[in-house]
Amino acid sequence: MDVYSAFQAAFSLISTLDPQFLQIVALSLRVTLTAILLAAVIGLPLGAMLAIARFPGRSAVIVFVNGLMGLPPVVAGLVVFLVLSRSGPLGPLGWLFTPTAMIVAQTLLVLPIVIALTRGTIEELWNEYREHLTSLGLVGWRAIPTLLWDGRFALITGLLAGFGRASAEVGAVLIVGGNIAGYTRTMTTAIALETSKGDLPLALGLGMVLIALTLCINAAAYGASRIGARFAG
Amino acid sequence: MRDRVSILPLQVENIAFEASGKRLLDGVSFSLPKGGVTAVIGPNGAGKSLTLRICHGLIAPSEGLVRWQESASSAGLKRHSMVFQRPVMLRRSALANLMHALNAVGGADPAKRSADALDRFGLSALSGRPARLLSGGEQQRLAIARAWALDPEMLFLDEPSSQLDPGATRQIEEMIANLAREGMTILMATHDLAQARRLCQRVLFFHRGRIVEDAPAEHFWNRPETEEGRAFIAGDLLW
Repeated sequence: MDVYSAFQAAFSLISTLDPQFLQIVALSLRVTLTAILLAAVIGLPLGAMLAIARFPGRSAVIVFVNGLMGLPPVVAGLVVFLVLSRSGPLGPLGWLFTPTAMIVAQTLLVLPIVIALTRGTIEELWNEYREHLTSLGLVGWRAIPTLLWDGRFALITGLLAGFGRASAEVGAVLIVGGNIAGYTRTMTTAIALETSKGDLPLALGLGMVLIALTLCINAAAYGASRIGARFAG
Repeated sequence: MRDRVSILPLQVENIAFEASGKRLLDGVSFSLPKGGVTAVIGPNGAGKSLTLRICHGLIAPSEGLVRWQESASSAGLKRHSMVFQRPVMLRRSALANLMHALNAVGGADPAKRSADALDRFGLSALSGRPARLLSGGEQQRLAIARAWALDPEMLFLDEPSSQLDPGATRQIEEMIANLAREGMTILMATHDLAQARRLCQRVLFFHRGRIVEDAPAEHFWNRPETEEGRAFIAGDLLW
């Protein structure tokens, strides 16, 4: 099959809303969005606490978290694989090769990004707000809701960056999900598999959806920063 | 308006503050009775802002005591509040800035109180505008309105108009004078000697972390008792 007809077939997959194709896209979105949500729930408060707390070893923690931002997805996948494998500490849960395992792996990948970006944003805000909030009696954890709300636009950009990383990665979900057709096959693992099998239309179609998704994420990030600039000055 | 026990007079007893081996404040004592505007003046680095922050409780002194008549952190609204040189504006609307402060201290009916405060200082038209996009003068007026909304008995002002143009400065001074007339006790650091002359009845003159003169304003302007005081008024005391 030549490239031209592959493109044609890819477009028809998208335009006819092929069920197998849609199923893959839907699973990818479900896994990544759930991972982002979990990472936000855990990472935003943790990042904010790291921003305002002062304790021995804080710098080491910050360097460690920043370093984890570059954690290779395959390594994250390997770690989650070991933890969830039959003989691992969480083996009895039976999560390995399920979408749940993929969510865990992607959460692990995105969490350092969310924590590190939140820490940076909130620390800057805290420096600016510290005296006013202290004057109002909002110190320690009581300052966190104000800071998170006022950093909302920058934080959304951070979450979108995490979303971009999670939706584009293939190594972690491949290792812990197993790329099982109709069950744990995501856009990225399908592209890797179908390309090596020579089924270019499906790979191309999914590739186009991924690119479109990336564009949407960037548009959303740009929009958030523009709205933020209008509001925050 | 208030049927509660006054927190004043404020007693500052022999406070000192040290940071990285340098003694920035040393043996500062004064008492502030209810009412009136007191100026804290002195050259840069004399300890003016630091003193205000310690009195307001933002910074703990290394030595000495800040004593209020009644526990200043007792229930209800803030008993003393502070306005900074650079107003801290949250990334929200003007109205939301006031609501946030009132919610933080647990004020009753924050929405009404906030609207009242904007109204009182002629800021109602700015209510929905993002606070950080207001002009410098508007931001500082909003900061004062926000401090007033907390219904304090005393206000600390740290060079409230040092970054503003003459028109905005005049508006700020009018606000301060009005608050003073209504019985608000004000302790205000300023660089602007003319402003201190216009507004203040008493002067605390700081030099190198100590109070060098504590005198009624008239007395200080006309007959400063120290060499430093004379030099400062003449503009010769740079450090």
